[in-house]
Amino acid sequence: MRDVAVVGFAQRQMEVFDGSPTCVELLVPLFAECYEQTGWTRRDIGFWCSGSSDYLAGRSFSFVSAVDAIGVIPPVNESHVEMDLAWAMYEAWLKIQTGEVDTALVYAFGKASASVLRRSLALQLDPYTMTPLWPDTVSLAGLQARAGIDAGVWDERAMAEVANRSLTDAEKNEYAIRKGGSSVEELLSRPVYADPLRKHDCSPVTDGAAAIVLAAGDQAREVRDRPAWIEGLAHNIDPISIGTRDLTRAPSAARAAAAVDLDGVELAELHAPFSHQELILRRELGLADDVRVNPSGGALTGNPMFSGGGIRIGEAASRIWSGEVGRAVAHATSGPALQQNLVCVLGSTTEGASN
Amino acid sequence: MARTLSAPVTVAFDYTRSTGPVLGRFLTGLRDGKVLGGRTSEGRVVVPPPEFDPVTHAAIDEFVEVAPTGTVTSWTWVPEPVKDQPFDRPFAFALVTLDGADAPLLHALDVTAPDQVSTGMRVRVRWADERVGAITDIACFEPVVGLDGVESDDPGPDRARPQPRNEAATERSRPTDVSGVVTPVSLDYLYAASPEESAFYRGLNEGRILGQRCPSCQKVYVPPRSACPSDGTPTAEEVEVSQTGTITTFCIVNVPFLGQKITPPYVSAYVLLDGADIAVLHLILGVEASEVRMGMRVEAVWKPEEEWQYSLENIDHFEPTGEPDADYESYRHHL
Amino acid sequence: MAKQPAAVVGVGQTHHRAKREDVSMAGLCREAIDRALLDANLTLDEIDAIVVGKAPDLFEGVMMPELFLADALGAAGKPLLRVHTAGSVGGSTAIVASSLVQAGVHKRVLTVAFEKQSESNAMWALSVPLPFNMPVHAGAGGYFAPHVRSYIRRSEAPTHVGAIVAAKDRQNALKNPYAHLKNPDTTVESVLASQMLWDPIRYDETCPSSDGACALVIVDEDTAAASPNPAWIHGTVMRSEATTAAERDQVNPQASRDAAAVLWKQAGITNPIEEIDAAEIYVPFSWFEPMWLESLGFAEANGGGWRLTESGATAMDGRLPVNCSGGVLSSNPIGASGMLRFGEAALQVRGAAGEHQVDGARRALGHAYGGGSQFFAMWVVGSEKPSN
Repeated sequence: MRDVAVVGFAQRQMEVFDGSPTCVELLVPLFAECYEQTGWTRRDIGFWCSGSSDYLAGRSFSFVSAVDAIGVIPPVNESHVEMDLAWAMYEAWLKIQTGEVDTALVYAFGKASASVLRRSLALQLDPYTMTPLWPDTVSLAGLQARAGIDAGVWDERAMAEVANRSLTDAEKNEYAIRKGGSSVEELLSRPVYADPLRKHDCSPVTDGAAAIVLAAGDQAREVRDRPAWIEGLAHNIDPISIGTRDLTRAPSAARAAAAVDLDGVELAELHAPFSHQELILRRELGLADDVRVNPSGGALTGNPMFSGGGIRIGEAASRIWSGEVGRAVAHATSGPALQQNLVCVLGSTTEGASN
Repeated sequence: MARTLSAPVTVAFDYTRSTGPVLGRFLTGLRDGKVLGGRTSEGRVVVPPPEFDPVTHAAIDEFVEVAPTGTVTSWTWVPEPVKDQPFDRPFAFALVTLDGADAPLLHALDVTAPDQVSTGMRVRVRWADERVGAITDIACFEPVVGLDGVESDDPGPDRARPQPRNEAATERSRPTDVSGVVTPVSLDYLYAASPEESAFYRGLNEGRILGQRCPSCQKVYVPPRSACPSDGTPTAEEVEVSQTGTITTFCIVNVPFLGQKITPPYVSAYVLLDGADIAVLHLILGVEASEVRMGMRVEAVWKPEEEWQYSLENIDHFEPTGEPDADYESYRHHL
Repeated sequence: MAKQPAAVVGVGQTHHRAKREDVSMAGLCREAIDRALLDANLTLDEIDAIVVGKAPDLFEGVMMPELFLADALGAAGKPLLRVHTAGSVGGSTAIVASSLVQAGVHKRVLTVAFEKQSESNAMWALSVPLPFNMPVHAGAGGYFAPHVRSYIRRSEAPTHVGAIVAAKDRQNALKNPYAHLKNPDTTVESVLASQMLWDPIRYDETCPSSDGACALVIVDEDTAAASPNPAWIHGTVMRSEATTAAERDQVNPQASRDAAAVLWKQAGITNPIEEIDAAEIYVPFSWFEPMWLESLGFAEANGGGWRLTESGATAMDGRLPVNCSGGVLSSNPIGASGMLRFGEAALQVRGAAGEHQVDGARRALGHAYGGGSQFFAMWVVGSEKPSN
């Protein structure tokens, strides 16, 4: 496999974006940041891939005009996934692995506030037997949280610990839209919202966009002293059925983790839109207690739809670039209750050789 | 003034879903007041039946009727129901393992406070007044009061569990099996225009057609975009373009279709306004459709000012100016 | 680094119909998948990863339907990707699936693309009225018809060429057991006599709206060794440009020309019309056959395309048989239409196209485009393993 690294990353997160759901306006400055970080122009990008959702935008082909932000004369080698940024990055990583291109810029965008997000996401469920009941995202997470509490796998205190640490760490993240930790006791004293969930157990509805730049071999080394080399990249999916899954587990996360080498990981950016989901993921990834989790504050403090997973990769990469850590794992999820999961191991050297 | 224009829009369609044999069987059962599970190759009874076996991948073909009573295996409180959920006041969603099943079914539970529900509690199906062969034929679950699972609970008029029936008679009188289900999907959005589009629509509300010039390639875009599609540069310089232009190409619409506002035949044309570098699609009226030509010079005909909105519809149509046609060479690079 | 060799060893498709009321979405996909796996002599359990393609989610009213379909498609416990690149998606999806093998990540990849258009109404789904925007006043063909007029003007084509294409593809469809439209009486005259919908496009020159799916099994060199007739992938390409841009060529878009140039180079082809034995080109409106023939380099720009079509060269027994399957004009499950082109090209070089087989086809083109003629996906497959 070729050595491929994350060499650029830019993001925007906000409670409400008042512009068009095509988000071209958000993407232009993100691309500019990526060009600045890499010293490249759009013509240096070998492949482009984006992630977004028509149902989030409320119209078909909502991704089509996003290419305006690139500037597509001459035309570009480009693709789109109806998935999170992390999977758009996966497609670009594949493209580089085939040898067809050496560089890629991937991006994703979403205006979650355009509709009632937790309701719109009910359209992801089985359309015959579930969607007609409109089970909202928060309710599905509540069923999952309860299952773990009842089974004694976690408790409300453990969930509050996740939330408190996330809100505290988010104070140092300029992009986080919810921040300000207090104490576990204080969080537990707040009212229960969707029993067993409190509001701080749920990620805020977030608009935003993000972009990641990949480069192979020497091109990565030219951009950064410490590129974040992709040492492992794997993803997997579980059945959607809420009934037949053990909701306290995420087998697809475990399978993705098993396909990469997590030894020596110092930091984890986990895409856990609900506090208990971080607890599931730590277990499925087999993270040791001394692994630093979500120093960015994680999805509980800002979760822009369709870029929230990829942002975890960008956050982890940033900490490789800075020298803060030598090895990190980033995770992205999609679908209800951690149905689909992707794991990306990043390292400061190419020693770890790709999976 | 708000930075951008925004307005509500509802995206709604009643989807006509064909169910295939497995889901059809399940929904037929619901219509007939029975809950059917599918037996998987591992011997588990799963409700609703999966269409294909999770291990062998073969279509599920063994169906088992399970009881309308069961046990809550997990639940969540729904403090602020969203549109179209089974209740419009707070309720619970629950996973309920029906007696005879090995996996739970997700549905609403009719309780009015979280302290009325607990994992392990016994519940039963409350059927909808009218059953059509849809998951909503189960109106919800409701708590079984009294001793767990006692069959002699007073069913009550609106909470009747299906009574023992004469199966043979039912079979004869029963309509055909369910093979389709109609699923209304209606989503409410707040749609916003980009700042550039907002300027364009605001201009139209003042009787002006505004574009923006790309600082890189100098092309004038109408409507203006958040970035020039050729080079990705945000456009900034506002340019008012002419209300007269040239038809580059067009089609004659002869076919009536849903939502059409004008009686065919009429012409839909790309009009390259003088001063713009991109054509807009609009209607051509005031001339026989058969008389419309590529290169024809046309001008905007506005609706009465009192009807103006933030829309290109303020221009009712374009009609010929009577000028000589534009030379083909002058617009061929816009085709 | 060179791409790892990859080959198509299984092709499956559904019987395409206006309404497949007998199956669910999962059932529709499995009909294509099961045929592809049977063809490949593989089982779902032997598949490493699955790539799903589909056009807009509003068609079926399910957001990212691959999530709920995962189990039925046999994807549970495996990697699953979902591609959406507008009308070109079926082709793009096959290319993403190929890249999983060409990158050396997986050995046996299943890809499926589908559309169940009868769940809603394509016209509605594609033109949901938005505030401020002008309502669509021209209907489905209204977008492309003006560009067809531009082509006719530019190339000085006689107006019956579109009818030649329509009659040819509908006759070809009679030889394809899976095709949606089966009208044995279609002739150039009958097409010309059909209603003019979006002048210059007539009713019989437009594609139908279909329910359908297509699946391919794409494998590595070792796995392909077990296949009696693998279709080797000689080149793949994707190119995109904007829907509209100042002075964009909407008849012969640069993205299309660029894509073709890259594709022929990858496949080592210098004279496409001589070296390609069969082409499956995305032709939803008849006139796009001559338009794409020019853009792809099979004929000179501004007139070579219609002359080729008019000469009969694109008929099944012609110099360059185009759309022997009946093409998009005969079956159009939008999300799957591109993959059908890619799959039919593979069937040709595998000698497995049945009644619509071109004798001795060794290299074939699969082509798809989408959006406002702005997204392009193409591949060349061959009966021989590529030497490059």
